[in-house]
Amino acid sequence: MKLIFEKGAPGQHLDMLPSCDVPEVSLSQERKAPLPLPQVSETELTRHYTALAKRVHGVNDGFYPLGSCTMKYNPKINEDMAALPGFTQIHPLQPESTVQGCLEVYATAEKLLSEITGMDAMTFQPAAGAHGEFTGLLLIKAYHHHRGDSTRTKIIVPDSAHGTNPASAVMAGYTVVNIPSAPDGCVDVEALRAAVGPDTAGLMLTNPNTVGIFDKNILEITKIVHDAGGLCYYDGANLNAVMGVVRPGDMGFDVIHLNLHKTFSTPHGGGGPGSGAVGCKALLKPFLPGPMVEKAEDGSYHFVTPEHSIGRVKDFYGNFTVVVKALTYVLTLGKAGIPEAAENAVLNANYMMKRLKEKYTMAYDVPCMHEFVMCLEDLLHETGVSAMDIAKGLLDNGIHPPTMYFPLIVHEALMIEPTETESKETLDEACDVFLKLWDLAHSDAQALHDAPLTTPIRRLDEVGAARNPVLRYTEE
Amino acid sequence: MGSYIPNTGEQRREMLSAVGVQCVQDLFASVPRDMLVGDNLDLPEGLSELEVRRAVTAMAEKNRIYPTILRGAGAYRHFIPAVVKSVVTREELVTAYTPYQAEISQGILQSIFEFQTMICMLTGMDVANASVYDGGTAAAESIAMCKDRKRTKAYVSACAHPHVIETMQTYCFGSNTELVVVPEKDGRTDMEALKASLGADAACFYLQQPNYYGNMEDAAAIGEIVHAAGAKFVMGVNPIACAVMATPAECGADIAVGEGQPLGLDIAFGGPYLGFMAATKAMFRKLPGRIVGQTHDVEGKVGYVLTLTAREQHIRREKASSNICSNQALCALTAGVYLTAMGPEGLEKAARQSMSKAHYLAAELEKIGMKRLHDGEFFHEFVTTCDKPQAVLDALNRAGILGGLPVEGGILWCVTEMVSREELDRAVAIIKEVC
Amino acid sequence: MNFPAELKYSKSHEWVKMLSDNSALVGITDFAQSELGDLVFINLPVAGDSITKEESFCDVESVKAVSDVISPLTGVVAEVNEELMDAPQMLNESPYEAWIAKVEDITDTEELMDAAAYEAFIQQ
Repeated sequence: MKLIFEKGAPGQHLDMLPSCDVPEVSLSQERKAPLPLPQVSETELTRHYTALAKRVHGVNDGFYPLGSCTMKYNPKINEDMAALPGFTQIHPLQPESTVQGCLEVYATAEKLLSEITGMDAMTFQPAAGAHGEFTGLLLIKAYHHHRGDSTRTKIIVPDSAHGTNPASAVMAGYTVVNIPSAPDGCVDVEALRAAVGPDTAGLMLTNPNTVGIFDKNILEITKIVHDAGGLCYYDGANLNAVMGVVRPGDMGFDVIHLNLHKTFSTPHGGGGPGSGAVGCKALLKPFLPGPMVEKAEDGSYHFVTPEHSIGRVKDFYGNFTVVVKALTYVLTLGKAGIPEAAENAVLNANYMMKRLKEKYTMAYDVPCMHEFVMCLEDLLHETGVSAMDIAKGLLDNGIHPPTMYFPLIVHEALMIEPTETESKETLDEACDVFLKLWDLAHSDAQALHDAPLTTPIRRLDEVGAARNPVLRYTEE
Repeated sequence: MGSYIPNTGEQRREMLSAVGVQCVQDLFASVPRDMLVGDNLDLPEGLSELEVRRAVTAMAEKNRIYPTILRGAGAYRHFIPAVVKSVVTREELVTAYTPYQAEISQGILQSIFEFQTMICMLTGMDVANASVYDGGTAAAESIAMCKDRKRTKAYVSACAHPHVIETMQTYCFGSNTELVVVPEKDGRTDMEALKASLGADAACFYLQQPNYYGNMEDAAAIGEIVHAAGAKFVMGVNPIACAVMATPAECGADIAVGEGQPLGLDIAFGGPYLGFMAATKAMFRKLPGRIVGQTHDVEGKVGYVLTLTAREQHIRREKASSNICSNQALCALTAGVYLTAMGPEGLEKAARQSMSKAHYLAAELEKIGMKRLHDGEFFHEFVTTCDKPQAVLDALNRAGILGGLPVEGGILWCVTEMVSREELDRAVAIIKEVC
Repeated sequence: MNFPAELKYSKSHEWVKMLSDNSALVGITDFAQSELGDLVFINLPVAGDSITKEESFCDVESVKAVSDVISPLTGVVAEVNEELMDAPQMLNESPYEAWIAKVEDITDTEELMDAAAYEAFIQQ
């Protein structure tokens, strides 16, 4: 399909602004380069973007079991609330007395999400999960420095971790110590014991982990790190399995990030904006980025900067309207709905796992939490059909493929996370498709190598794209 | 009260039985018993949709919406065409994840490719990425692009937005990088101080254009100073100003970054906004985050795909130069739709009207004794002296006008095309009463 | 697969061509490139870099992975093959012409194999 630059004609435009009602001025150093932005009519514009929207698979287009991404339904009431002019038309630097509602949103969200996670304070400044990781690690760094301990230079990360974990640790100035997972996919407790020492600043962990298993040794793990003088960081990517059931704070974690755009139902927008709220125990609270919101005795809200704040991690206060959406969600679900969502996420995953086990090999054949990982290495050897081929076969059946080739410790991995907002009928239909593709791999492998056939485009030349990068439109 | 769970009790029982457990709690057998929260979760009961609408709307109503805004300082209320909201609220675009599966994500991928192109057009740079969180983090991320073994120190102008400087400082605390703040002189970067402080270990210098006080810097001359010291020149620019001012490329920038909020995004109490980053061809592989490239499929059809991904955290892990994963894709889409709706003519109009109206206000204020604190050219913001800033702002406030931001030495005013001459005249009349 | 007899080979699949003046060319073997798949970029070292045997001195990227290239030598990088920046496919198409770095002042070398020994090594 044509690019927007290839549509319209010079002179086509939309009249958006009146003529200027004051004398016009100009700069001494004006722009010399032409500005070849699109020139299209409003009809052309809307048709262009409608056509683009039709070439996207969103949560409302069909099943989206993308592991580790928690693609649950995004409630419409959340969008309505975030679009209230009383939120969208507020300047971030208005006087405090005129933004009490915004501050109440932050204060209420902090209170409720701290309760769900077992934390004492929470900042909403980080814009995404990785940004939250970076922030949380800086809290750990500031904490150790404040104690006068600058010898702790290492962060321990299991080899099953999300790539953001080690990358964030390095951005925070740490050296990464990778520890291998045990055969059951969980932390190898002895390897951890051997890895900790006086140079350990902390451990980063996802629990349930990236293979969908709750680490039963979690208390021992956090104790080993604490005994060595380190702190424990919880990557909240998988909180949907356990929210309202068990709290990271009770597992021994000192600092966490949440992905409000996963667990708390805010949409992903094709890659963002998200919100990577960071919660912490009282010992890290003085180091949080400023400003934080505090409630005074008279019930009014105020900005305060924590005593030993690490400083800002972004402009202003965070992805505010994303927090409005998450708050709306938490208020809707409440005390009973939060754990109910987690339980059904786990039930849905186990149900799918049970059905798919009929043919597919599970990487870890034990009851899972909210997601599970299949290992297609056998299938590849038997039929030549890879995890990628199965994924592309799913596309022809209207299903968004699971996360592929992650975690790295499982070969030919497909990681499936159905979420609680899918019905049994949807799960059954999806399982039928998965099983059908397994049969197809054995009967007609080529058909899967050729998939997809029904999508707007077929498999792309990614090697060519990377070797000869074309990263923008240029007029011929 | 809802939790958006479609399955009925009967269906859940069927599924439990298929899985082979008695009750859903059995699935949590690996969680130590005494760790379970049970009934102790201190949360309010869930609400119906009507109740939650009332509760959240009540919060929104506690905020004050100003019909007239004369305050910017990093968040700018510009006109947003109706078509922008209509496009960017389409469900497919809102609810999709990062476009990992290119075959069913062409819409998102193409919109990013178009956004990258438009950022290149605005800044004059060669390559842009798919967005980062905001202008402050874009500035902070640019440091890692410039550092190498020999050049380890970063520099920033004191005339940059204070939030941007603070964000850079925080990132530098992380990476153990020294950040030098080059002092201000009369509302602009002190070029002599800059020249004197850039050493052989200087990696980059960040200049904001127009700067925090709204003043135009002599960017090209500053770029020459930075390059003479062998460092990289990073410019943080207002994208709307780019329609009329010399582009970063024309000023010799190696990297151009900025806050994309003025491009069709609500001020929304500070976010979500949009960080953009663009670079010269020589530096594009150092850009953090996602980049979309054009290629073709097995049938030769043109398509778009996330490319150069081996730079990123999910592949490079601890060797990645940035950890960014989620970005601000929907905000980038918004900017793309906005720029298309405005077109070259409309964008220039928005820029020129904002600037002209700001100059009009500055002249009117001068007539009543509020002089500009700094000489020289400015875009759509400026600082005036003011003896009684609080009294002035209070009086405007009573009239439904959000006045400028109190800063050291006076008030930082901002005018966009949203404010009419009548509104400006009214504001000046009110101020005159107070002063 | 092709393993020229005039070259020496490391266990981590680099080839070494010793030159007369205590310098050497280093690249990756045919086996390495076939395992790595289509290479799309190489992060070259910089002339003047001191490199150490059995440690990474540059990396190569495919679409889905990045892999370290391990130095078989201890020495100083005298020159790098800039052509590979624009044409990383040379690493796949002609791995023995696509030298990565010329190393001089060589002070140490890991135990290298001849072509026959290397061929046997990769058979295992």
